[in-house]
Amino acid sequence: MEWLESFWATYSTLVLSVGTNVLLALSIYLTLACGLLTVANAAFMGLGAYTAGLLTINTGTPFLLALLLGALVPALVALIIGRPTLRLSGVYLAMATLAFGEVVRIVILNAENLTGGALGLNGIPQLTGWFEVMSAVSFTLYILLRLARSRVGRAMAAIRQDEIATELMGLNVRSYKLFVFVFGAALAGLAGALNAHFTFFISPNEYGFERGVEILAMGVLGGSGSPWGAVIGGLLITLLPELLRGLGHYRPLINGVILIVIILYAPRGIWELTRYVRFPTRTPTAN
Amino acid sequence: MLTLSGISKHFGGLQVLEDVSLTVPEHGIFGLIGPNGAGKTTVFNLISGLLVPSAGTIDWAGRRLDGMAPFRITRSGIARTFQNIRVFREMTLIENVLVAMGDHSRDNVFRLILPLSRFRDVEQREEKTARELLSRVGLADKARLLAGTLSYGEQRRLELARALATEPKLLLLDEPAAGMNAVEKQHLMNEVTRLDESGLSILIIEHDMRFIMGLCEQVAVLNFGRLIARGTPDEIRANPEVVEAYLGRDDEPGSASGANLP
Amino acid sequence: MLAQQLVNAISLGGVYALFALGFTLVFGVLNVVNLAHGAIFMLGAYAALQAVIHLRLPLLASALVAMLITGVAGWLLDRLIFAPLRTRRAPHLAPMIATIGLAISLNSLVQGFFGAENLRFPVDALLAEGLSIAGVQITWLELRIIFLAFVLMAALLWGLKKTRIGCALRGLAESPKAAALMGVDVEGLFRMTSVIAAALGGVAGVLIALYTNAVFPQMGQPMLHKGIAVVILGGMGDIRGALLGGFFLGFAEVLSVAYVGSTMRDAVAFGLLFVILLFRPEGLFGKSAQRRA
Repeated sequence: MEWLESFWATYSTLVLSVGTNVLLALSIYLTLACGLLTVANAAFMGLGAYTAGLLTINTGTPFLLALLLGALVPALVALIIGRPTLRLSGVYLAMATLAFGEVVRIVILNAENLTGGALGLNGIPQLTGWFEVMSAVSFTLYILLRLARSRVGRAMAAIRQDEIATELMGLNVRSYKLFVFVFGAALAGLAGALNAHFTFFISPNEYGFERGVEILAMGVLGGSGSPWGAVIGGLLITLLPELLRGLGHYRPLINGVILIVIILYAPRGIWELTRYVRFPTRTPTAN
Repeated sequence: MLTLSGISKHFGGLQVLEDVSLTVPEHGIFGLIGPNGAGKTTVFNLISGLLVPSAGTIDWAGRRLDGMAPFRITRSGIARTFQNIRVFREMTLIENVLVAMGDHSRDNVFRLILPLSRFRDVEQREEKTARELLSRVGLADKARLLAGTLSYGEQRRLELARALATEPKLLLLDEPAAGMNAVEKQHLMNEVTRLDESGLSILIIEHDMRFIMGLCEQVAVLNFGRLIARGTPDEIRANPEVVEAYLGRDDEPGSASGANLP
Repeated sequence: MLAQQLVNAISLGGVYALFALGFTLVFGVLNVVNLAHGAIFMLGAYAALQAVIHLRLPLLASALVAMLITGVAGWLLDRLIFAPLRTRRAPHLAPMIATIGLAISLNSLVQGFFGAENLRFPVDALLAEGLSIAGVQITWLELRIIFLAFVLMAALLWGLKKTRIGCALRGLAESPKAAALMGVDVEGLFRMTSVIAAALGGVAGVLIALYTNAVFPQMGQPMLHKGIAVVILGGMGDIRGALLGGFFLGFAEVLSVAYVGSTMRDAVAFGLLFVILLFRPEGLFGKSAQRRA
């Protein structure tokens, strides 16, 4: 077991990052699967990170409770802003969530007494271990896989393809949208809370535009076809800069290029690509 | 029984419907015809809740429909198809039908925590019903294909199956025969007749006069947003105002577009 | 005091309007939300800076160089990203996501080449001096900024109103299909719009870099957010709205810095944007544009 220990010593941060990034990818998968482009996930992640971090530092809240609240607070915020925001569609929704994310970042930056402002929040206890991350990822993945195969998943795919037709099939499109938005916010918050408890230090700028793009890149790379896509997206976006060591500094560049290339050449994401590789043609017979 | 009373609709300065009053009886096939741009699809959009009338009320089985959310209107028993086909192209046929099926008011995420066996039971029952609906419109053998691969006429039939899956009491068909060949049209007529016999009330917009005149017991004619006539097919055919609206020409099947200029 | 704020607001608002014009033009004509507009703006600032430092060009000439380079960037942007997506009839979120990718790539590249630190124009001491008219201080630099911003805005408005190409562009914004039917070279116009918009964004970058005396890789980001605020304020795709919105934001910012304090300034701008999006997505001055999305 010695090699395991040395592996863990070297790569523990990377493994934990993969886990939280997969959670983030799943959080944006939820809204993308409904055809919604919301770019507030980084802000929700920040809300979760600050909520949980402040709780463990200042009140000695048990870690699990802090994680739970780290997911609940962003979910609550999403619930409040979701109703009016989700009336917007397409690019307007994207811009509204962009603005909202910016508001959150600036508020955190300016609430110096509570958050430490631009200096960040220091000394968050390092409580996140592989067990917490593993359980969070596998539980979320289990739920989302069942979701994808259920009526809810079908409804989400229908909304993505034709919102009006879906509504006229008797489905409450608005409440589905609100559900994925709030659920996504909770997942992003959970990822933020977990992440904060192994990086020791957080600052508002970690939850700005670049993080938002990274999350989007994971989601778009994975595609909205299946939660597995999001898992692959999260994995690749985390591991790619590690594999291309020399390019470590250009991490945002890699994310950006991936976004462009995927949109231009594989708009349904990498998961759909693998599906086509396995089933090059669809056989037109009833099974 | 569906009642439109004094319905008007304008978009900005453009008056699309003016003081339209109409009663669709509880049983039977009702036709709504008129030249292009007469406001027929607007009537459908108002009934199904996509638009809110500028004036007037819509009553359905003792309830006010105007202002109600579209999905609630569907749940109250009104389903529709679309003039510009709106099937879910990236889903299989059976999935298309499944989306519309079941009691949506009881959908919730906590069902996901349900034991897998019960979950599968429900799914299987729903799939069986969906298959029956597909075979009703003659698409059972294509159930596992993606809807986007279907021909135009097949997509219209899929839309019909999908609308039926919501278990409607009133069915709104927006040009159901457009793009269909003669054989498909005949099938469609048979199917509509069968639906009528099963007790459904049906409101059809259609350009194909033979289709309308052959099926409907009652026909209403819209022209420039006003209701200009209403009666049995024979009465409508004899109405000079209607004939004038159609440039005195009877529509032949298949040449619908050309003869329908206002 | 108020007159002084007025001058500040006009120069700042002019730059915002210039930036927003390009952004709104691309939306109106190409129906694309170009989130790389801020990165192009940053590119313009760097291009001008290099021209001043290495070619020793005067400010005005270096602004032209910046317009040229960002214009080429706009051409490439349309050729390599927008055009392929147009031919594929990709959903309208696709180009938006691609431009997010482009924005972050450009930021990262520029940071790799020039470093993350703040660079400055070697501005002549002369330009920092100024006039004093009735107690209002205005520097030669500010005068140039205002002059350039207004000349460019006037040129664009004139071009859109009076030239044949301008007419074709407005027609294209109304209905691409009709324009194509009338024999307008739609693809060419799309590309030209992208070039003009990028050049406007680039020169706005030069002006703001001079105004704040700071050039850094992330400078496009807050500007993009402000540009979005302006364009939403004025109504997406609305030229006049972008102008009004730009000056409105200029005034709002200058006044809030003067009377509220600068810390929450940005939050006020975005909070305002957020509220407007929720209650009047068609903009404060705009016609209803909600359904165009």
